[in-house]
Amino acid sequence: MQTSLTINGETRQLDLDPRTSLLDALRHHLGLTGSKKGCDHGQCGACTVLINGRRVNACLSLLCMHEGDEVVPIEGLGQPGALSPMQQAFVEKDGYQCGYCTPGQICSATAMLEEIAQGWPSHVTADLEARPELTTEEISERMSGNLCRCSAYPNIVDAIRKAAGETA
Amino acid sequence: MSVGKPLPHDSAVLHVTGQARYVDDIPAPAHALHLAFGLSRIARGRVVSMKLDKVRAAPGVAMVLTADDLDRPADCSPSAHDEPLLSDGTVHYMGQQLFLVAADSHLAARKAARLAEVEYEEEEPILTVEQALAANSRFEDGPRVWSKGDAETAISNAPRRLKGRLEMGGQEHFYLEGMAAMAQPQEDGVTIHSSTQHPTEIQHKVADALGLPMSAVKVECRRMGGGFGGKESQGNALAVACAIVAGKTGRACRMRYDRDDDMTITGKRHDFRVDYEVGYDEDGRVLGVDFTHYTRCGWSLDLSLPVADRAMLHADNAYLLDAVRITSHRLKTNHQSATAFRGFGGPQGVLGIERVMDEVAHELGLDPLEVRRRNFYRAASELNEAPQHHDDPAPALPKDGDTDLASRGAQAQLPSGGAAPETGANTTPYGMEVTDFILHEMTERLLETSDYKARRAAIAEWNAENPVLKRGIAFSPVKFGISFTLTHLNQAGALVHVYQDGSIHLNHGGTEMGQGLFRKVAQVAAARFGVSPERVRITATDTHKVPNTSATAASSGSDLNGMAAQAACDTIRDRISEFLAGLHQCKPSEVRFADDQVHVGGESLSFEQAVKLAYEARVSLSATGFYKTPDLKWDRIKGQGRPFFYFAHGCAVTEVAIDTLTGENRILRTDILHDAGHSLNPALDKGQIEGGYVQGAGWLTTEELVWDDKGALRTHAPSTYKIPACSDRPDVFHVNLWDAPNPAQTIYRSKAVGEPPFMLGISAFLALSHAAAACGPHYPALDAPATAERVLAAAKRARG
Repeated sequence: MQTSLTINGETRQLDLDPRTSLLDALRHHLGLTGSKKGCDHGQCGACTVLINGRRVNACLSLLCMHEGDEVVPIEGLGQPGALSPMQQAFVEKDGYQCGYCTPGQICSATAMLEEIAQGWPSHVTADLEARPELTTEEISERMSGNLCRCSAYPNIVDAIRKAAGETA
Repeated sequence: MSVGKPLPHDSAVLHVTGQARYVDDIPAPAHALHLAFGLSRIARGRVVSMKLDKVRAAPGVAMVLTADDLDRPADCSPSAHDEPLLSDGTVHYMGQQLFLVAADSHLAARKAARLAEVEYEEEEPILTVEQALAANSRFEDGPRVWSKGDAETAISNAPRRLKGRLEMGGQEHFYLEGMAAMAQPQEDGVTIHSSTQHPTEIQHKVADALGLPMSAVKVECRRMGGGFGGKESQGNALAVACAIVAGKTGRACRMRYDRDDDMTITGKRHDFRVDYEVGYDEDGRVLGVDFTHYTRCGWSLDLSLPVADRAMLHADNAYLLDAVRITSHRLKTNHQSATAFRGFGGPQGVLGIERVMDEVAHELGLDPLEVRRRNFYRAASELNEAPQHHDDPAPALPKDGDTDLASRGAQAQLPSGGAAPETGANTTPYGMEVTDFILHEMTERLLETSDYKARRAAIAEWNAENPVLKRGIAFSPVKFGISFTLTHLNQAGALVHVYQDGSIHLNHGGTEMGQGLFRKVAQVAAARFGVSPERVRITATDTHKVPNTSATAASSGSDLNGMAAQAACDTIRDRISEFLAGLHQCKPSEVRFADDQVHVGGESLSFEQAVKLAYEARVSLSATGFYKTPDLKWDRIKGQGRPFFYFAHGCAVTEVAIDTLTGENRILRTDILHDAGHSLNPALDKGQIEGGYVQGAGWLTTEELVWDDKGALRTHAPSTYKIPACSDRPDVFHVNLWDAPNPAQTIYRSKAVGEPPFMLGISAFLALSHAAAACGPHYPALDAPATAERVLAAAKRARG
């Protein structure tokens, strides 16, 4: 099945089985292995990518659902020598240990800050009408879909705070 | 100097850009095959018939192998040769590998594997402790028993006594990167990429399966996406399978377990039941204690003996016990073969005695903290003698060529040594004198910084006023023995090259799984040459560069490999010094390496210039380094000797809240003070401490493994198995390093830090127990993991 979409700003045409997940398309057919397969169930978050600016578990999404969409996996956020503010903050705050969840954490955190900026409430937001604040509780709740077995969470939260401070 | 600085992880920029390659990210060579196992659907019995025609005919399938199709027996065990790669027809657990499929894609192989038609003759599986005891299904001829003093008499003569039982669950490693391997056939051997903590073990098992010498098998591992012990032996099957099919087809082969398969096939932390009887006095001093450990080891031996040994070795934790007996039953059950997991049995042993301290304090109405302090070992500062190290020869190794010498499982086959018990006033139950105990001082400081006493009083008041929500606070210490208990594994090698442009290539036997080992060892190398760390090129672990390595395990990575790298660097540095001293008519000891320069005879050369001169003068700029830990002797049968080079310490205070109507709970605050000696890298060490604590708390709270009565693991994915998420870490989390030099002569006087902080998570469990105890007069006898259901039940027990 033909699918045409934009990946990291480049238009790509793929002709794959319609059951191919976006994650498998990235990893196996486009050679973009930055997005990781942790559980393939949408529960660990290691495969998180940005689709039209929103965070999505690439393992739970079929490639063919993304005709015309703009997909940005970790490789599109920044490269060595030209890191995004979030990537730079993760380096400065040691926001990882083994690194396997890191691409998903960074994609997720990047979109999460945008969600807060747009005023989206979360499960722990007390006032649904007010603009949510970037509290530690909000970060923890909003990032709870990205597991880190090394539990580098304190540094991940510090990195997100740092990046938020710089982009705010 | 580079040592002691909080430098970032060696792959920092690669990690944040997705460029860091793990095994499954390596581009597949052309025509690579993908492998999958067909798994048994019963826990115990025999395969009556296995029809694989549909598997063979499935799209994309290139080869299907059963045990009968193998040219020679392929074994995956790290110890007793009791783990055939493919079943011989006997089924020992649900998830055992029956056959192997090779296809042109991962999906095709997995789909085809589901098409097998297998008929079984089922037998009743042995699943519980009681079933195993009734069937006398165990490893070794009977329980191991170690003792010190006369526990029975001490208990019966004690003014007070109590008996109890604690059950604690196992733990899935859930390394985010599942098991993976790739084999590439070479003209006279094979190259393996494996996500493994033990490349030498992979090399040994692959060589054995192919009938090749170890020299024909090269194993490489650049990094793992987490290991935690789960990749010490459990990667053998994938690497061996890939190597066999690569050998038969001449094609590269790769294999990775899907998450559900990974959790279904591979071993986990050993669960334990600990029965205890203790005699104590009115002040809470333990006069005698008798522990019985029951652990379900699963279907094969794997590393269960040293794991169960380490549980016994930590049955004292931080407490001086004059009369103690520890009995350990290693039960053979129809489960995945339980394996290494951070702490390697230590946490299970520690939790046993911490439970005893907690219950004794409850019975006496004392603060458990005081009972703990009264039972602590004597402080190193109070002992008359300086720490002494002995250099008796280690027991000889067996000459049996079939032994897995580089595996921790090998100790099952070692003869007992002749170690005599030490005598002294501060000895462990296994006769080792404790000369470096610093928990008195550490506890004192942590109590101050965490404001323990005032908070405990405030919590008591709060609990008196609040009927539904209850809070709890607990202190727990850890004293963890550092060294492999199989003495000969305490060795390491390194290979260092200095190139003519002044760049440095570093290789050693340790593997990187996120703990920061590569960075720490590179800091050591940079310090030895007096150069900036960027000059040191960190390279993948490779059995063709450094041979005969031990697993990166037992927290030993930087202790062993740091010393080996230091030795290699010093050899090269001394050669350069000697050469330059000759040129400048001075002593080699007057040549100084610092600030990326070499200072000699009043002159300063850049490091590059010095290296170039040495090269032109035909000075060898390549060296190996070797290290073996001194002063070890250990007899695991008698349970006597000095198995550890030193102890690492830590302590934690955790505060929790529970909802007594639902059992729901959360950690509110944690304060940790941990002893990493003179830290090689405080940033990395703090990461290990935070991560270890959260993982330990996860083991004892939310992480619950459930097998049904057929032996099927029902919690085989993150949907049903709950590891800590970002929102589960303590809201307030203070972690500090004690930062005093290790009295033992370790690399820059640092201490191992991988496993010890895991046991600090026990303070979270004890705090939950404290909160439950606020519900009534009775001891809540909380079992682990303290899920909401168990907390609820414990609160009910407290009410009576």
